[in-house]
Amino acid sequence: MATTKAKSMHISGAEAVIRCLLAEGVDLVYGYPGGAIMPIYDELYKFQKELNHVLTRHEQGATHMAQGYARTSGKVGVAMATSGPGATNLVTGIADAQIDSTPMVCITGQVAYHLLGSDAFQETDIIGISTPVTKWNYQITRAEEIPEILAKAFYIARSGRPGPVLIDITKNAQFDTFDYQYETCKGIRSYAPRPVIEKSAVAAAAELINQAKKPMIVWGQGVILGNAETVFQAFVEKTDIPAAWTILGLSGLPTDHPHNVGMVGMHGNYGPNLLTNECDVLIAIGMRFDDRVTGNLDTYATQAKVIHLEIDPAEIDKNVKADVAVLGDCKESLTQLLPLVTANDHSSWRAQFDDHYQTEFEKVINKDINPTKAGLTMGEAIAAINKHSKGDAVIVTDVGQHQMVACRYAKFTQSKSNVTSGGLGTMGFALPAAIGAKMGAPEREVVAVIGDGGYQMTIQELGTIFQAQLPVKIVVLNNDFLGMVRQWQQLFFDKRYASTEMINPDFVAIAKAYHIEAVSVKDRADLDGAVAKMIASDKPFFLEVCVEKEDNVFPMIPTGASVSDIRLE
Amino acid sequence: MEEKKHFTISIYSENNVGLLNRISAILLKRHINIESFSTSVSEIPDVYRFVIVVHLSQEKVKKVVGQIEKQVDVIKAFYHTDEETIFQESALYKVKSSALFEERHIQNVIKESHANIVTVSPEYFVIEKTGFRHETEKLYNDLAPYGLLQFVRSGRISVTKSKMGISEILNTFKNNQ
Ligand SMILES: Cc1ncc(C[n+]2csc(CCOP(=O)(O)OP(=O)(O)O)c2C)c(N)n1
Repeated sequence: MATTKAKSMHISGAEAVIRCLLAEGVDLVYGYPGGAIMPIYDELYKFQKELNHVLTRHEQGATHMAQGYARTSGKVGVAMATSGPGATNLVTGIADAQIDSTPMVCITGQVAYHLLGSDAFQETDIIGISTPVTKWNYQITRAEEIPEILAKAFYIARSGRPGPVLIDITKNAQFDTFDYQYETCKGIRSYAPRPVIEKSAVAAAAELINQAKKPMIVWGQGVILGNAETVFQAFVEKTDIPAAWTILGLSGLPTDHPHNVGMVGMHGNYGPNLLTNECDVLIAIGMRFDDRVTGNLDTYATQAKVIHLEIDPAEIDKNVKADVAVLGDCKESLTQLLPLVTANDHSSWRAQFDDHYQTEFEKVINKDINPTKAGLTMGEAIAAINKHSKGDAVIVTDVGQHQMVACRYAKFTQSKSNVTSGGLGTMGFALPAAIGAKMGAPEREVVAVIGDGGYQMTIQELGTIFQAQLPVKIVVLNNDFLGMVRQWQQLFFDKRYASTEMINPDFVAIAKAYHIEAVSVKDRADLDGAVAKMIASDKPFFLEVCVEKEDNVFPMIPTGASVSDIRLE
Repeated sequence: MEEKKHFTISIYSENNVGLLNRISAILLKRHINIESFSTSVSEIPDVYRFVIVVHLSQEKVKKVVGQIEKQVDVIKAFYHTDEETIFQESALYKVKSSALFEERHIQNVIKESHANIVTVSPEYFVIEKTGFRHETEKLYNDLAPYGLLQFVRSGRISVTKSKMGISEILNTFKNNQ
């Protein structure tokens, strides 16, 4: 990596922050001003030609926008907030980025050094609060620390298993002047982000794979974060192994690829869940065996030998014991593995997945996407989006039934196209994340698919869309319920719908109040035309689809059950 | 469930104000109680060492140490059983001076325990004992009848029988730069 050494200049800490961001290639930040960060905002004003600041309507929105940006661009997202409430409002997004390994740098203002601990106005111990949910955090109290710490922040956020970093800067450090000089961070002695791949582990993995009769791949976001899509696809094709994805791995391999057998986990596809408990070798690539994926661990793939390709040593054997662990960046390990695996023919084993898909299609999928009943389904809305976007759109989802339906049925032809809150399951994620996703991939169509509940958690970001004139397409699948919770109440709590019914406002009127073109669809006959109009628009567009109130998402693995106990109804 | 044991977690780290919080957060998140804790400089200048004793199953301690080692400012973290380490604790006992002169037996207690008298004043004297937990506890029980004005015991400090290899890690890093 080349050293970018600016020559020394005498500037304020606040100006140094901006220059560091520019040196790191940042041209866009999301944020919200306030007292303790005003010197930095003053510099943002001066540097507005080089550095675009998007004013959000809530600091939580800033973090989700930074996340959406990171997920589609592959770059580090940046969010800024003032001290106290500004900083605490970032916490949900930081926790989300931590569990979903999203590279993000958050910068917060803090009261002056001499006031720390005095309960000064808007003083909050954001370092203490954010510690458990950051990959790293640091409080800067002297201007001189700014270049080195910000360089470290970006290096840590993007390297190894990516994650969020929070840098808290006291106000005196923003005002003070010093001799500024920037050097990018090239390494930290206590931190080894890229484990050296053990050749023997790769060889052992290859041997298991070559001998397997019924191998199965489950890949996760590691494939996407590691930019390993091409070698991954080559590996899948050469070995002829069926490959299933975790929700964050979605779009790492085109959805229509013949080896793509669908999603694993609670609302995943029937075949890959059932056959997890029949395969003889399970090859886990860049995934972490979340409980939503594995169901009951005691009955999870106990018959299989497990190969785990993973960059984070702490994930090895955390939930599922690996027979062969290949520690390292999966792009590198797959590249080493590829020549060692033999070209194979697993067509009869793959046919089992097709058979299960047929069963699932008849019992579930067909009814979801080609319904004959009166009420609209979430599935047909997603199918209409697929049709008009030709599988080329970035789909950003919130959390709930619509998320599961969208991830199950959305078609993707390219990677970095699925943006969702997986590990934390943060309602309110989608609308702001879609803003970031669009800015991270401006040439792409971005469609946010949101439930009526989650939409109202960050609905104020319509203001950001309007002010920034971002052509984001917003689809609210309105069932007038907190649908996913209602489904659980129906199945596991004898239909006692405790606080899940929503009396909703006029969503079209709200969008229109923000000068966003808006349409509501209640009849099947209007759906296709409305979606076509939305996709054709080059402006922000809001589409409400009023769906059946009490539809359920199937298949389903009840909590604590085995993956092979997956229910189709 | 695997049987629980005492494990000594040794952490070599940078000196970062937030690190203590980060390590305790990892334990807190998993509802793990810290049995004993101590921190100091290590054999390497600028490198700090935490020694934490926990009561856990081997499987769990392994995962916890994995999470600790993952922290950016942690150079390396290890866990060891009691058999794999040499460990001691120090205790201080403050007793009123009159006991030393009026109760002859207390002098035998001190002598037999191989404790040191650190300071003597007209009002009180202070005894120091370094050893295993059962030794400092025995002295505690023996002195209690004479009235302990104050008692304090340090966290466990320990060195391992095997090599730690921290300098090697740091040198490899230096040479790769
Ligand atoms: C911030 C937050 N609060 C609560 C939940 C729990 N939760 C999970 S799904 C869900 C219902 C979501 O309802 P809606 O947004 O209408 O989407 P639907 O399931 O109907 O598609 C709730 C409340 C959550 N995931 N996130």
